[in-house]
Amino acid sequence: MSDMTSMAKPAFLKRLDPAVTTAFVCIFVLLLVGSIYSRNFLSPEYLLQQLKVASFLGVIASGMMLVILLGQIDLSLPWVVTVGAMTSSAIAGYGDAGAILAIPFGIFCGMVIGLVNGVGVAYLRIPSMIITLATNAVAQGLMVVYTGGFSPKDSASPAMRYLATGFTIPGIPNAVICWAVVGAGTVFLLTRTTFGRAVYGIGNRERAAYLSGIDTRRVVMIVFAISGALAAFGGVLLAGYASKAAQSMGDAYLLPAIAAVVLGGTSILGGRGSYLGTVAGVMLITLLQSILSVMQMPEFGRQIIYGIVIVGMLLLYGRERAHR
Amino acid sequence: MKDWRFWVAEQRGTLMAVGIFLVMFIIYSSNHPAGFTANVVQTASNKGVLLAFVAMAQALVVITAGIDLSVGMIFTLTNCLASWVVVGSPIQVAGGIVLVLLVGALCGAINGAIVIYGRLQPIVATIATGAVYFGIALALRPSPGGSVDETVADALTGRIFGYIPASLVALLVVVLVVWVPFSRSVTGRAAYAVGSSEPAAYMSGVPIKRAKMTAYTLSGLLAAIGGLFLTFFTYTGDAAYASGNAYTLFSIAAVVLGGVSLFGGRGSAIGAIFGALAFRTIGDLLFVFDFDPLWQPLFQGVVLLIAVSLGAFGLFRVRNRLDWFG
Amino acid sequence: MTGVAPLFRMEGVSKRYGGVRALEKADLDVNAGRIHAILGENGAGKSTLIKIMAGVVAPDEGRMLLDGREVTFASPATANDAGIVCIFQELSLIPDLSVADNIVISHPPTRFGMIDRGKQRRIAEEALARAGAEDIHPQMLVKDLPLSRRQMVEIAKALARKPRILILDEATSALTAADVSKIFVVLKRLREEGLALLYISHRMHEIAELADECSVFRNGQKVSTYAAGTKSDTDVIEMMIGREYKNVFPPKPAKAASAPVALEARSLSWTDRLKNISFSVRAGEIVGLGGLDGQGQRDLLLALFGVLRGCTGEVLVHGQKVSISSPAMAKGGKIGMALIPEDRKTEGLMLPMTVRDNLSFASLDRISSGGIVNRDTEGALIDSMIKLLAIKTAGIDIPVGALSGGNQQKVVIAKWLMNQPRIILLNDPTRGIDVGTKQELYVLLRKLADEGAAILFYSTDYDELIGCCDRVLVLYDGAVKRELAGDAITEKALIASALNIDMEGAAMQPAELA
Repeated sequence: MSDMTSMAKPAFLKRLDPAVTTAFVCIFVLLLVGSIYSRNFLSPEYLLQQLKVASFLGVIASGMMLVILLGQIDLSLPWVVTVGAMTSSAIAGYGDAGAILAIPFGIFCGMVIGLVNGVGVAYLRIPSMIITLATNAVAQGLMVVYTGGFSPKDSASPAMRYLATGFTIPGIPNAVICWAVVGAGTVFLLTRTTFGRAVYGIGNRERAAYLSGIDTRRVVMIVFAISGALAAFGGVLLAGYASKAAQSMGDAYLLPAIAAVVLGGTSILGGRGSYLGTVAGVMLITLLQSILSVMQMPEFGRQIIYGIVIVGMLLLYGRERAHR
Repeated sequence: MKDWRFWVAEQRGTLMAVGIFLVMFIIYSSNHPAGFTANVVQTASNKGVLLAFVAMAQALVVITAGIDLSVGMIFTLTNCLASWVVVGSPIQVAGGIVLVLLVGALCGAINGAIVIYGRLQPIVATIATGAVYFGIALALRPSPGGSVDETVADALTGRIFGYIPASLVALLVVVLVVWVPFSRSVTGRAAYAVGSSEPAAYMSGVPIKRAKMTAYTLSGLLAAIGGLFLTFFTYTGDAAYASGNAYTLFSIAAVVLGGVSLFGGRGSAIGAIFGALAFRTIGDLLFVFDFDPLWQPLFQGVVLLIAVSLGAFGLFRVRNRLDWFG
Repeated sequence: MTGVAPLFRMEGVSKRYGGVRALEKADLDVNAGRIHAILGENGAGKSTLIKIMAGVVAPDEGRMLLDGREVTFASPATANDAGIVCIFQELSLIPDLSVADNIVISHPPTRFGMIDRGKQRRIAEEALARAGAEDIHPQMLVKDLPLSRRQMVEIAKALARKPRILILDEATSALTAADVSKIFVVLKRLREEGLALLYISHRMHEIAELADECSVFRNGQKVSTYAAGTKSDTDVIEMMIGREYKNVFPPKPAKAASAPVALEARSLSWTDRLKNISFSVRAGEIVGLGGLDGQGQRDLLLALFGVLRGCTGEVLVHGQKVSISSPAMAKGGKIGMALIPEDRKTEGLMLPMTVRDNLSFASLDRISSGGIVNRDTEGALIDSMIKLLAIKTAGIDIPVGALSGGNQQKVVIAKWLMNQPRIILLNDPTRGIDVGTKQELYVLLRKLADEGAAILFYSTDYDELIGCCDRVLVLYDGAVKRELAGDAITEKALIASALNIDMEGAAMQPAELA
């Protein structure tokens, strides 16, 4: 991972956001702190393991970043992750066809929920915080009814397990490759396409974007659909990682996903942010969680330090301008 | 136009919330197997009051165009704290209650300070402080337990004169002591002004920082009152992450149902209270219709989805498409 | 005047934003019982001057004296308490509060720590009456009031603070002629009462009528202070722009009546704001929209651009009947329309985004294939636009918000020219930009017309309509009242039809017409 940061830096140095730089510096500091506690911390195996764990959050945070760039938020993430995991595992039980369809079906279900969010935000002009809250409740309700409130017995398909835990290229976990593909796609979308330009434009000022002849509503709707699909894909990977889905397995991802995006320098008000920052944010959050567990910090201490570190880092570089 | 019409126009959101609640409650109590009895009302109000306090807490912050995603965690933290300190001699109990309220207010004040002086966006700042508050709650109660003075607890959750639920009376007292003075004070008006348009408020020489600080602090205080009541109902403290989270999310739903604009400047805590009561009643409707409780989350979600979509009908009246963008 | 110490004095006050000096060692005396006009182009430092006076921004150096004592203002509130009240160009009203709430916002009357609503109501009614706006109900929410009424509330709010120095920054720009004359009566009365008034306006007529003395600012420095009426308009304008004032409009070519009609409307109506509007614009023609502000001109442009819902009547583009339902459709190849919107900061540009992103934003289809942006095509087009409009920018990857107002407006226009529109709608494009840039825009518009574009041009500035347009449609209450062409476009004719009165009547009451 340290290789990756040093590789990324020179190419982007000129246009680098101070927030992104700070985030990478913080990653470096965390690695140092971690190595004090455990010599293993800087070993390639351990770092690779961290990267693998980060991949799940990375995939999920990619969708969240797109939504935040629009100046919106997607609070349906917890149960969309769970829906992705549960539906794909459920389908996997139906013979060969099920095994093949498991992954696409899980992602499709997430996309449908995202689409509902998108229609609500874009066409019905419902504040995203509310509509995504409502779809989250509906998704939860559907899953509770489906599973009867217990952890489902379905288990992940071999393909899901392979995607989450296997190795196609020796030494590099497939999960990391998944994140790399999603990341590359997001970077391409944001920097090279008209769609990406529209996303930034809408995040800055939707009115001006609309008057410039952009179909802003369609763009917003698609972004929410992508966010839903990526959250569900994250759920598919998580189910593959744990071999099965679990109730409220997505709860642990909402706050880290938002925190990762924001710590990476993306403005919560929309319109500003780079994917490199999100990568930094994801690694930062993952390392922080990992260090806290290496330190054998009890859960309460983890929560407290986790919160304080996020506030502290944001105070370092995430502040708004003063009035005068 | 007559003066009262302006009043109605101003209070439309709140009145709508009262209306929704009344309809829901009439459906609920008329179909309840036991009918409209003091017991039914007591149980319903005890459940509703908890969310009502948290929703009021949320409303205060939302009026300033902020959001408090830590409100459920303050609620949980104060619940855990109360399960330690609200016991013993009457003086100790009283001191414990004061301590719990102070801690809640302090949590709110910390949120306020980070948002105002740290200039962080409320949504991210309170996500982070929420984690801290939950951590403290967990440190206080790694597993559910503790106790609370039962005399006080029973007095505040029982009935007065055999009919009136004490928790409703407590809610009313809090409204009269906290909300009414706040909303009619200069600071309260400043809170509305800041929420409606911060640049204009600044230009007009409104005490922005004081208004926001007061709103966040009172919000923490109200969440603590909620936490206190939770302890009175359950007799224990429980640092349950899912429950804290649910209260945060439900408080936002209640605030919206209660006609408080998430963009700030519009609505009232009264509306939020009725929004909360309506939301709770909706959740309980399934119970009286004898459905499998498994369907409750789905039903609640669908009703919420429909409720928030209803506001979209105003869109058909929009003649200038630029109005979509506010 | 001499010998008496001024009520307020500013000495050597400077303010820099980043590297740009907005105000450089400015001195100013303000006397009680006088109306002092401040003149200058945009960017001359007027706004900075009054923002410092009103406590909105802090000066870098210099000192301010009130009654001979040195003062500093930490916030607008402290300036208010000292008796300096400013009516800002951008409104400072709270939309979700009532008129009465807004009027008493800084010092609401209280009883037992709570706001006394009865007393508040009385204060509000009294202030509204003093401002000549008794027609506004104090319990109305401000957001439900039209712009001109809000401006009246703003003035009432300022008066309720019992100011000693009242600053009006373009306070009349949104008002109807009737309101302006009411306000003038109020202002003259306040002068009698011994207030000091600082009056900032671009309208020379208003200054001529009101001011006792004038100060001219240029490039952040005060050029001169003189007693009103001692300098001619031409002298004043030359002081403002710092060079000789010459005719700024390019010559109009002889009319080519044979060119095809590019845009035609037939009894276009929308709610009660547009009524049976019919007109046509030929390729190569510049058609102006005149009339008082707020008579439906903006709505007409938005209706043509597909923003308004529920329009009736027909619109024909290049002879074909079309039904445009969104800006996306309007800018498409078949129609080729462009709209330079009213407010460049919220509708034309995304200020934090780069010049590059802003310029390409309306023509993404043109610089991409399959949704992927071709950076070379984009770069080449942007370069040509920056050259064509002579946009002054430190590079195309800096935020557009860092550019001056005039250059920002050029970016708005350039972003649409990149799409090679055949029909160009402009909504008051020269508002708030300096004379030099204006002149460049006039030349550009004529050039575009000569190249075959059909231009519909709304302006609040009569000189512009006269100097630029081949024909002018004058709107009144949502309908076309009059069409003027060629030499018939005169100030007198424009004003008369704007007020919907006949010419003889207009000639007799010029004072009201500003």
